[in-house]
Amino acid sequence: MTQFFQSLGMSYEWAWGVATIAGILLIALPLMLAVAMIIYMDRKVWAAINLRRGPNVVGPFGLLQSFADGLKVFLQETIIPSAANKGIFILAPIVTFTVALAAWAVIPFDAGVVLADINVGLLYILAISSLSVYGVVMSGWASNSKYPFFSAMRAAAQMISYEVSIGFILICVVLWAGTFNLSEIVEAQRGHGFGIVNGYVFNLLLFPMWVMFFISCLAETQRVPFDLTEAESELVAGYQTEYSSMSFALFWLGEYANILLMCTLNALLFFGGWLPPLEIDLIPWFDIPGIVWLFGKILFFFFLFSWVMATVPRYRYDQLMRLGWKVFLPLSLLFVVLVSGYLMATGHYGAAA
Amino acid sequence: MIQTIAFYLFAVLMIASAVFVITARNPVHSVLWLILAFFNAAGLMVLVGAEFIAMLLVIVYVGAVAVLFLFVVMMLDIDFAELRAGFIKNFPLGIAIAMVLLAELVLGIGAYQAGALQLGTPDGLAAPMADRSNIESLGALMYGRYLILFEVAGMILLVAMVGAIVLTHRPPKSARASQNISRQVARRPEDAVVMKQPTVGQGVEL
Repeated sequence: MTQFFQSLGMSYEWAWGVATIAGILLIALPLMLAVAMIIYMDRKVWAAINLRRGPNVVGPFGLLQSFADGLKVFLQETIIPSAANKGIFILAPIVTFTVALAAWAVIPFDAGVVLADINVGLLYILAISSLSVYGVVMSGWASNSKYPFFSAMRAAAQMISYEVSIGFILICVVLWAGTFNLSEIVEAQRGHGFGIVNGYVFNLLLFPMWVMFFISCLAETQRVPFDLTEAESELVAGYQTEYSSMSFALFWLGEYANILLMCTLNALLFFGGWLPPLEIDLIPWFDIPGIVWLFGKILFFFFLFSWVMATVPRYRYDQLMRLGWKVFLPLSLLFVVLVSGYLMATGHYGAAA
Repeated sequence: MIQTIAFYLFAVLMIASAVFVITARNPVHSVLWLILAFFNAAGLMVLVGAEFIAMLLVIVYVGAVAVLFLFVVMMLDIDFAELRAGFIKNFPLGIAIAMVLLAELVLGIGAYQAGALQLGTPDGLAAPMADRSNIESLGALMYGRYLILFEVAGMILLVAMVGAIVLTHRPPKSARASQNISRQVARRPEDAVVMKQPTVGQGVEL
C-alpha cells in the first residue's frame, strides 16, 4: 500500500504513515462492525437454543439491536466512583479495548492480506494476549470495591493459568509448521492430510491439541462455562461492576473482539485459515475468495462458542484451576514431547544441524 | 527517519516511565510505570532487529513477572510512612550503590568509545546468518554451540522451581480441606438421592 501512496506523489515517510493508518482503519472499523453483528448472532443463537425469539424489534429481524444498545450506552452518563483511583479507572477499559484491537495486526485474512507479516506473528499474539490481563486487573483494583477486586483476582489467575497450556499447544502447531509466521502456518496446512485435506485438525496428534485449544480459548476469554469473573450470583457483574456508559461499552467491545480473535486463531492454526477444506476441485471452490472461507470458519467457531454458552453450566473455581494445571498442562506437555518425537523419528527436520 | 522518530519515542517514554517508577507515591502506579518501561524496552529491541527477544521480554516480564508484582502490591497493605522513615538511615548505602552504578556506566561507555570487544568467534559462527530469521539463528546457537550451558541453566531453573514448591508446600491439615476429585466425578444421583413416599402425618426416616 505504501507504493500506492508513493505513486500519488508523497515522500516515503508520509506514504508509509498514511498507508499504515489506512491499514489499521481497514481492519479496526470492519472489526467493530463484526463485533456488533456477532453480539447479535450470539444472542440469537442463545435465544434459539432456549426456544426464545431473541432480539427482533430494532430493524429487520432485530439486526440493528447492537447499534441501538451502543447508542444507549453512548448517551448515558459516565460515572466515576469518588473512592476510585481515577486515572487507572479511566485507563483500564482503554487498555482492554486497545489490546483487543492490537492483536489483529498480524492476522492474515488471505494470502498476503495482512497488516504486519512478521516472523514472530504467533509470539506477538501470545504477548498481546498476556497483556489483556492488565485491563481486567487495573479495573478491578481501581474501582476500589470488593466484588470487582475479587473478580479481577480470579480473572488474572484464570488467564495466566490457561495461557500456559495455550503456549504449549501453540508450540505443537509451530513444531509441525516449522515457523511462527501465521501466513506460513496456514500455507503449511495445504494438503496436510494425504495431500487432500487442508488443516492440522485432521492430524491424529494435533486433534486432541485442537480440542484443548478450544476449551482453553473459552477459559481465556472468560466465556461460559468459565465465566467465573462475571458470576452474577457471587460477584454482581465482575470487574466491570462500577463501570457505566462508554467505559463499560469498551469492555464489552474488547471482550467480543477477543472472542473473535480466538475463533480466528482456531481457524488459522487448525482448520487451514483461508484455504478451502479439501484440496481437490469438486465444485469450483478455488474461485471462492479465501477471505470468505476464513470468515465462514470464524463464524462456525463463534457458533460453537454460543452453543457452549447456551448449554453448559458454570464450572466451580477449584475445578477450573484443576482443569488448567492438573489436566491441560501435563497433557499439553506430553503432546509437545509426542509431536517433536514423531517429527524427529520420521525425519521431518532431517539430521540435526 | 521513521526509525529515528520511533527510537526517540520509545527511549524518551522508557526513561520517563523509569523515573516515574521511583517517584510514584502509590506502589501500584509504580508497577504500572514499570510495565510501560518494559514495553518500551521491547519496542527498542524490535528497532534493533531482535524481535524474538522483544516478544520474550513482553511475554515473560510483562505477561508473567509484572502480573505477580501487581498481585503482591495490590494484596499487601504497605505503610509508606514507615518505608520512608528508613530513607535517611539507608542514605549512605544508597549513595554507595549509586556511585558503583555510575562508575560502571562510565566504564561501560568508556570501553565502548575505546572500541567494542570482539566477542564474535573468528570463524563467523556468531554472526547473524544470512536469510535466516532471528529465531532460527538463536536456536542454532543455543541448541548447538551453547547446548551444555543452556541445559545447565534449565536445570538450575528447575531446581529453583522445585525448591520454591518444597519450601511453600504444606500438607493438608484436615480431611475437609482436601478433596478427591475422582470421587466427586464418580458420584451419581442414585448414590445421593432417595425417593420416599411418606404417609400423611408421619415423618421420613433417613
